Amino acid sequence: MATIGRGAMSNPLIDMEYPDVIFAIGTNMTECHPVAATRLKKAVSRGAKMIVVDPRETRLAKIADLHLRIRVGSDVALLLAMAHVIAREELINTEFIESRTSGSKEFLNHVKDFTPEWASSICEVSAEQIEQAALWFGEGKPSAIYYTLGITEHICGVDNVQSLCNLALMTGNLGIKGGGINPMRGQNNIQGAGDCGAVPGNFPGFQACGDQLNADKFSKAYGTQIDAEKGITKVAALNLCGNKGPEGIHAMLIDGENTVVTDPDTNHCENALKSLQHLVVIDLFLTETAQLADIVFPATAFAETDGVQTNTERRVQRLRAAVPPPGEAKPDWWIISEIAKRMGNTQFNHFESAKDVFNELCSLSPIYAGLDWDKIGDGEYQWPVPEKGHPGTPRLHEKEFKNGKGLFKLIGYRDPAEVIDEDFPVWLTTGRRLEAYHTRTQTGRSAGIDYLLNEESLEINPSDATDWDIDEGEIVEMKSRRGSIQIKARLTDCSPRGTVFTSFSFASVPVNILTGSGYDPVTDTAELKVCPVSITKIDEPSA
Amino acid sequence: MVPIWRFPWLITSSSQMISAKDVPATARILTVSVDGELVELRDGETIYEVTNHCSREVPTLCYDPRLEAFGSCRLCVVEVEGIKNPVASCTTKATDGMVIKTRTNAIEQYRKTLLEMVASENRNLDIDPLSGYASQELGNLIERYEARTDRFCGKKSGKTNQDDKNPFILRDYDNCISCYRCVRVCAEQEGDHAINIINRGFETQISTEFGNDLRDSQCTFCGQCVQTCPTGALSDKKALRAKELPEEIKKTRSVCPYCGVGCTVDILSKGDRVVGIHPAMDGPANEGALCIKGQYAFDFVHHPDRLQKPLIRQKDGTFKESEWEEALDAAAEGFKKVLEENGRRSVYGIASGRAPHEAAYTMQKFIRSNFGTNYIDNCSRS
Repeated sequence: MATIGRGAMSNPLIDMEYPDVIFAIGTNMTECHPVAATRLKKAVSRGAKMIVVDPRETRLAKIADLHLRIRVGSDVALLLAMAHVIAREELINTEFIESRTSGSKEFLNHVKDFTPEWASSICEVSAEQIEQAALWFGEGKPSAIYYTLGITEHICGVDNVQSLCNLALMTGNLGIKGGGINPMRGQNNIQGAGDCGAVPGNFPGFQACGDQLNADKFSKAYGTQIDAEKGITKVAALNLCGNKGPEGIHAMLIDGENTVVTDPDTNHCENALKSLQHLVVIDLFLTETAQLADIVFPATAFAETDGVQTNTERRVQRLRAAVPPPGEAKPDWWIISEIAKRMGNTQFNHFESAKDVFNELCSLSPIYAGLDWDKIGDGEYQWPVPEKGHPGTPRLHEKEFKNGKGLFKLIGYRDPAEVIDEDFPVWLTTGRRLEAYHTRTQTGRSAGIDYLLNEESLEINPSDATDWDIDEGEIVEMKSRRGSIQIKARLTDCSPRGTVFTSFSFASVPVNILTGSGYDPVTDTAELKVCPVSITKIDEPSA
Repeated sequence: MVPIWRFPWLITSSSQMISAKDVPATARILTVSVDGELVELRDGETIYEVTNHCSREVPTLCYDPRLEAFGSCRLCVVEVEGIKNPVASCTTKATDGMVIKTRTNAIEQYRKTLLEMVASENRNLDIDPLSGYASQELGNLIERYEARTDRFCGKKSGKTNQDDKNPFILRDYDNCISCYRCVRVCAEQEGDHAINIINRGFETQISTEFGNDLRDSQCTFCGQCVQTCPTGALSDKKALRAKELPEEIKKTRSVCPYCGVGCTVDILSKGDRVVGIHPAMDGPANEGALCIKGQYAFDFVHHPDRLQKPLIRQKDGTFKESEWEEALDAAAEGFKKVLEENGRRSVYGIASGRAPHEAAYTMQKFIRSNFGTNYIDNCSRS
């Protein structure tokens, strides 16, 4: 979102009921964000047109007016061709382009080469379908874009997002009710983790680390000299584990993340954490990751913790404790502060409650400047809230972009890091399921969920299964360049031919042993959505 | 509901009221009279919606503000000047100048009789509040109208389907009054169409396709049908496990711990235990909706696997429970040692996308203020 300046949903969730045309790409919203999906369903029943781009026939795809089952990892080609058609048919919003964007001339010239016919050969959908999608999107007043990890978990994740920005910019679908470009954030407070500066590139409130002024501000606030250069990403850090001396990472503090199961290339990740001299994990359970730690601290959970979280539409909301935690579990902020204090750090001495911590965040973050703990009771504020008395900002980009003008980016198509070949002839794509949340540390421990979903399976198109001589319920071996797992086959038209799907929710089927073919060069986000595999029958499955 | 319903500027004194008809329609606020009180009318509103502005508490059983009005229970009838028979306020649009009476003796008597007929249909009025958000509606109205429950004793409709083995939704259609809120919420709010009405008259039944269990239908177990049911015919099986706990039910407003939508919930607890979840009808992100995870996957908080004390790894590789002081000292010592031996770029922090702001904020501050680096990330890259 660097081109328009904000990494968050541009429009509020309520706007999902107002688009004329819905463009949902790489989002299995009925399973991953079911309540948001209800709003799209309402829009559709009200008469909005919905275009779904997904290799799989998800529930959302079933109710779409147009479903483009593109090959995994071919999004950029599709989006370039759509831009081509929109430009060719003069469906661009000239007034918006002139007043609010820059780089349009080069961009409109750039897309001339990328015809639907060209994209068709890459995306494996017909040129007519691409034309249709482009025409609808271009004609929609407004058209809204919704996407999830199907866009970002690619080596070209940034290219994908910028291609979507290009579409929204050229049609003027930003800063208006029912339009926008809207990433659906995955976890309850993943937006908040970014807001709070728990990223290597930004201080709290998205103040860039590379800017000396920001580094000075936080150096002063925290009473110590802080680098004015970006840190490294988690992926890079894991790669440095095991290196000797100052070239290596030797200690980690991990709060509430089951890194070993969620991250790609499980074996690499596990070895990295095992090589650490000092690993401290804070969590609710002794997760696979916590089992590798030197010290594990018990944290308080939902319903036991007072705090704040930000949802996907930038809404800042209060969490409240209803019951006491089990045993001696403590809030994360308390645990982290106590460790810091014992390292001789006096910067945490004044944290006596969650309120103290949140109010310090507000004092240092321009997007929270108008907020404090006592103000956010009913969740009525969506950031930015730049000063006291400001009503919040439900819709971004209404008058201008954060950096002034919206920038068109010239993007080219790249193949995924690994493509199918003779040895690994099938595309594997991974995702989530409605009844399971991530690695099931929570849903797996909630009564009744097992009745609906008690094991993982591999979704295979029935025609492929016939060709591969695989029966429903049969255990098959799935192999990639990094490893192999055994998994039960399930035959379903949900998977297109040549592509199989599974989730990473079950530790018994550790699919991330296979993934990890590549990473986006800008964000280091793993290409979890594309992994060439082979699938073979096995005679005697191992226990 | 917006409490703007008094309009002093339209009333110069108690005896001198400006007639709505004296002002041209385009320039004035549209109004209706409700029990003699002048109330603003917003374009397209029904009589029921208008009476809600002025807290008239017109009774209903088939009404859910999130759904299209249905007009089946007839409890919301009101008298309108110039119309001979009482009209259902939920399905009748209010028009400018309308004179509405919500509580005449005749109307109240009519409602009472209707309730007595409904009560005769329903086998059980003593419904545990853990059954669902709206589960007390029928019982409360019976009480309010002092309606007799044994006045009519005809044939009863609906048959229980308690053998549906799903662990979340109890389907006891003995208590069904055919308001179809469940069917409508499933269709209109969720777009799932998992349940529908079959048969007619006394044979009327709420059913899935082919009468299957919910698991074999389009049902996603979002629980919306349970939460809108006004009689407890559909109940929250999971919450009812705590029915016998003696403590009062406490409600705590919070936010769902799962995806990024951030649905507002009310946590139901008894003593130290979370026993259920209600969707918050005024939650800004969800407006009363929830999914299976938010509605039913709450009890992990009390799972015996929860860590209760700090653990320190021993020389033999096993973990040993320890006191906080010892574990915190050991954690701090470990970071200090690595810092001294390998410098400040040898320590890394990974914050959680699941824990609240205070966790993420202190994590980044821990790294930045202890080591002066930006060696901090969260789980958004995977």
